[in-house]
Amino acid sequence: MNYFLTEEQQAIIETAREIAEKKIKPVREKHDADESFPWEVVEELRKADLFGVYFHPNYGGLGGAGFELVLVVEELSKACGGIALALAATALGTFPIILFGTPAQKKKWLPDLASGKRLGAFAITEPEAGSDATATRCSAKKDGDFYVLNGVKNFCSNGESAEIYTVFATTDIKRGARGITAFVVEKGTPGFTFGKKETKMGIRASTTYELVFDNCRVPAANVLGKEGFGLFVAQATFDISRPGVAAQALGIGTGALNEALAYAKVRRQFGQSVLSFQSSQHTVANMATSLEASRALLYSVTRAMDVDLKAAVDASEQSGKTVYEEMKKVSTGRWTKYSGMVKLFCSDTAFWVADSAIQLCGGIGYMRDFPVEKFLRDAKITQIYEGTNQIQRNEIGMMITKELAAKGE
Amino acid sequence: MGLHIVVCIKQTPATSNIQIDPVTGTLKREGMAAAINPFDEYAIEEAVRIKERVPGTTVSVVTMGPPQAEESLREAIARGADQAYHLTSRAFAGADTWATSYTLQMGIRKIAKEKGPVHLVLCGKQTNDGDTGHVGPGIAAWLDWPNIAYVKKVESIDEKKIVVHRMMEDGVDVLEMDLPSVVAVVKEINEPRVASLKGKMAAKKAVVPKWTEVDIEADKKCIGLGGSPTVVSKSFNPPARKGGVKIDGATAEAKAKALLDKLQEMKLI
Repeated sequence: MNYFLTEEQQAIIETAREIAEKKIKPVREKHDADESFPWEVVEELRKADLFGVYFHPNYGGLGGAGFELVLVVEELSKACGGIALALAATALGTFPIILFGTPAQKKKWLPDLASGKRLGAFAITEPEAGSDATATRCSAKKDGDFYVLNGVKNFCSNGESAEIYTVFATTDIKRGARGITAFVVEKGTPGFTFGKKETKMGIRASTTYELVFDNCRVPAANVLGKEGFGLFVAQATFDISRPGVAAQALGIGTGALNEALAYAKVRRQFGQSVLSFQSSQHTVANMATSLEASRALLYSVTRAMDVDLKAAVDASEQSGKTVYEEMKKVSTGRWTKYSGMVKLFCSDTAFWVADSAIQLCGGIGYMRDFPVEKFLRDAKITQIYEGTNQIQRNEIGMMITKELAAKGE
Repeated sequence: MGLHIVVCIKQTPATSNIQIDPVTGTLKREGMAAAINPFDEYAIEEAVRIKERVPGTTVSVVTMGPPQAEESLREAIARGADQAYHLTSRAFAGADTWATSYTLQMGIRKIAKEKGPVHLVLCGKQTNDGDTGHVGPGIAAWLDWPNIAYVKKVESIDEKKIVVHRMMEDGVDVLEMDLPSVVAVVKEINEPRVASLKGKMAAKKAVVPKWTEVDIEADKKCIGLGGSPTVVSKSFNPPARKGGVKIDGATAEAKAKALLDKLQEMKLI
């Protein structure tokens, strides 16, 4: 299918594909089995400049935006959705800085994130606050030029491996949603340590940690946006980050289909290739059709978003205002509805496609030493994180209702 | 300060299964996808790694070959080389390893004139089509520089000397050699990286000079088929090896017994 990619976008795909084939496939089983972080692959991604595809050239990036990130994450996820997360979770931690960072903040953190020298992470979830971020308990108390953080965040992807964390804490618990503030906290800040390392069903090559803050003094200069603005930071971030999860899901689904096809073609039963049975062909047709529909939706939404995002990024580099402020000038609406749709559609597709891939392979598909069952385990998380698919439906439904109300119907 | 490294590469068929034309005795090239000789990829990677270790180092790449060999030079730039030079002329065609090494070293002399003195020439241990392993040491002989082949590790390097590990059948030699010199590397030396995006962009934009025998001031008697003393009297594809015998058995002891029986049956012991 011709998606009319530029030469540069084509080069991004080829580079990511080569790394997926040569550097990720040989190690994915090992990292899945021992839950170790794929530092050797991160090094390859760094050397190939793939961390920088969505950064402005002023920070050493290639000048792309969300779509370029999507292309990288999709290609890497075809080999391993867990390893791809080292790059994708860095993007999630980086977007708040891109969107809300002051010129000084961007200059401080973005170059190392763009080169991949330091990884990023995003910490919003807490034991009592998941989908309901207003229940945030981790607190930040102003003390002169610092905020003192106390509490825990959990399920942090890239936890411990990353060095630059966007952390959400409440600066005024009485104000609920409007009392949350976003901070950048660097690894090594006294009082910031790592708690439990999670053992997971899938994406096991990605480290998931609890973050512990014990009288951790964070400079007030590390506040993103302003005090009490945290939920806007989170929501605006999710609007542009959810296509990244969708790309991961799409890659996982496509990877599962590719592995299943390779096997079903050579597997013979009743004297013929398993792929030649009509039931197999119908399964494969459904899988491929849904994946292509996912891709078409993901690409068109991300490209449309990028028109606004890139214009805002360019304007921000000129004006010194934040990208978020510039975004509000170039577009009036938010991208919540469409970013929710791509995340919802691609992740639900990935899960049933990975499930069908196992069914197509039969018994061998269920075995750990065959690469298909892992795709199902990896696919599951894409229906859960960065907002469960139930939350996506809530948000899409809410946006549709609002649109109706705006029309006066 | 830094070093100036020249990497010699060749564009060869992208397969290790080279076919020989039974009539002409030459390598069949028609319809074969071409790529950088795999052994040369390790030489490029090692040069780039030295560049990362020694600040101020620059990496030049040179090849002798037909017009389409320029692709391989651009690929080398994508993998981290700084500039590339293409020795190309009909007069170079048909060169054996003697004429090839002569031509390449004349190219290296010209690169030194244009870009500054060369400290180190890196080559792959051999090509996957010719398989001789002559060209690296040949270049050293023409330049009258020392050389070490079969290098599996560069332990240290500065502007004056290099310390390398040479792979031998019975172990490893650790050798120190003055620069300038020539080093031919084996595939154990590193794992080549994937070409970077910035490298690919640079490769697209790079200007690759094309030099003929006139540009490199080559002696016409020493180049191409006419300058090649080698005569190929006969060449053939070796017959495919027949499959071996698999020794089966439930335990190591049973397998050992089966092997012993077989050897005795064949009257080998």
